Amino acid sequence: MTPELKGFLLFSVLKMLVVFTAIMVTVALLTLMERKVSAWMQDRHGPNRVGPGGLLQPVADGIKNFIKEETLPGFAHRWLFLLAPALAFIPAATVIAVIPWGAPLPLDVDFTLGPLGRFTYRGALPLAIADLPIGFLFVVAITSLGVYGISVAGWSSNSKFSLLGGLRASAQLISYEVCMGLSLVPVLMLSGNVALGEIIGAQQAGLWYVGPLFLSFFVFLVSGFAETNRLPFDLPEAESELVAGYHSEYSAMKFSLFFIAEYANIVTVSAMVTTLFFGGWDIPFTRWDEQGGALQTLATHVAFLLKVLFWVFFVMWIRWTLPRFRYDQLMALGWRFLIELATVYLVVMAVAIHVVERVLGLAEPRVAALVYTGLNVALGYAVFFVIDRGLIIRGSRQQAERAGRAPARPPRVPVEV
Amino acid sequence: MAIGVKVMRRPERDVSYVRATLKGMALTFRHLLQPKVTMQYPEEKSAEGWRIAPRWRGTHRMLTDEQGRAKCVACGLCPTICPANCIKLVPGEDEEGNRYPLIYEIDEFRCVFCGYCQEVCPEEAIHVGVHYENAEYARDRFVYDLERLCAQTHAVSTLWDPADPRGE
Repeated sequence: MTPELKGFLLFSVLKMLVVFTAIMVTVALLTLMERKVSAWMQDRHGPNRVGPGGLLQPVADGIKNFIKEETLPGFAHRWLFLLAPALAFIPAATVIAVIPWGAPLPLDVDFTLGPLGRFTYRGALPLAIADLPIGFLFVVAITSLGVYGISVAGWSSNSKFSLLGGLRASAQLISYEVCMGLSLVPVLMLSGNVALGEIIGAQQAGLWYVGPLFLSFFVFLVSGFAETNRLPFDLPEAESELVAGYHSEYSAMKFSLFFIAEYANIVTVSAMVTTLFFGGWDIPFTRWDEQGGALQTLATHVAFLLKVLFWVFFVMWIRWTLPRFRYDQLMALGWRFLIELATVYLVVMAVAIHVVERVLGLAEPRVAALVYTGLNVALGYAVFFVIDRGLIIRGSRQQAERAGRAPARPPRVPVEV
Repeated sequence: MAIGVKVMRRPERDVSYVRATLKGMALTFRHLLQPKVTMQYPEEKSAEGWRIAPRWRGTHRMLTDEQGRAKCVACGLCPTICPANCIKLVPGEDEEGNRYPLIYEIDEFRCVFCGYCQEVCPEEAIHVGVHYENAEYARDRFVYDLERLCAQTHAVSTLWDPADPRGE
């Protein structure tokens, strides 16, 4: 092996170890954060008995889950039942490989490690484990594999609640996969690349894509919630109807693996929202972070983590604000609103990009981005203030009206208080 | 659609889901920053606006006289009136002819905390107490003997006063 290859392998393994460990610890802490945030939003204190301010609660939970009894229902399909938690966890852990955690670190090292020989690394070390040229396509592809874990868990448990949870999960994840993919096409059109590093570069040159592609951001965020099975879309586990949905029959660490997968997915979605729409590791209002250097890498890394933390908080914030959707509402939102919205938006942005770049010939990326932002403000107004009148979520009322079962809406009478 | 599905009427055309969501998020965020009202129970036993009622009827307490002896004269009224039959009383008599309880036990598991024993006691000896922390490691620890009843120090209940039915 050449010293260059060995250096590349060494740093890749190091990055894997660091990122995997950090993600596992973060996931543990996120369970605490979830409980704390939910408590604060309900005017409670949350867990505060284990360690200072409850900080060691995840450790206690972990120990509890390790020493709990592993149940294996006699009526379950043994191998699939054992395989399902891994099937849920592996895609969640795999996607994290492509997330760019900071600006590339300039390295120039050449050293010898005893019997292993000489290692060299020259040039910028990307802070993603694998700086894949296919970027977010990889994320979309692998996250959609997560549905196997859930539906296999639901089926192999051989229990009606689990099965219903698994069925719901498959339907829901497949539906929202479409919206998610469609919402990412404008990102590709605007940046001209799918590699995450290039997208961040395009955002640094222009504006963060949350402005120029606001509706894409909205669709991506909503389908991200659905993809991670988070409230208001946690139909697969809907405890009020399905006991615990697809993981009803699981206990101890097998149950924990589903939990870890869910939180790892939250981190992934937050990181993807940050990368695609909030400039990734870009620090706003300065070009200092683009110069490259160890200090810049550290600063951009912190900036990225802060943005991800905000979006993780946002996910929890939504969870403790909104009630769960009914199943037909969930499907109606996906198929009757989000897919149409994403498709129309795709066409509109394609025309807009053509007009701005070819007809008007605006070469300066900032100016072009401002034009798109203006267009998006108008579109956003149209969607959220004009169309969003009972159309985003259509309940079963229309079906009932069509069937002539529900009486027509009574006139609204002001009630005297 | 299945038979008997109840269709809720919702004012669909008059609401905006996105704006309603934003309103809800503003509400939850305000609560996130609000001071918490939880009383941290084992550390904190009384808080603003929270006190245990003086009429609370909890586990019993036997009052004692100046010599530290139980005020009870073993008249037998409390085991007689007790609806749960939880008081065990064996009376004794000393050389001067004073009656005293040889055995006085209350089974707190059988007790229904009606407070009749306190009401009926002519010597104001047995009382139900303003007390609620009764956890024990063994069931038989819930049979309180005379020594234990005398050793209790918590406040005693004022019971319900017909002249002041609302406790004012």
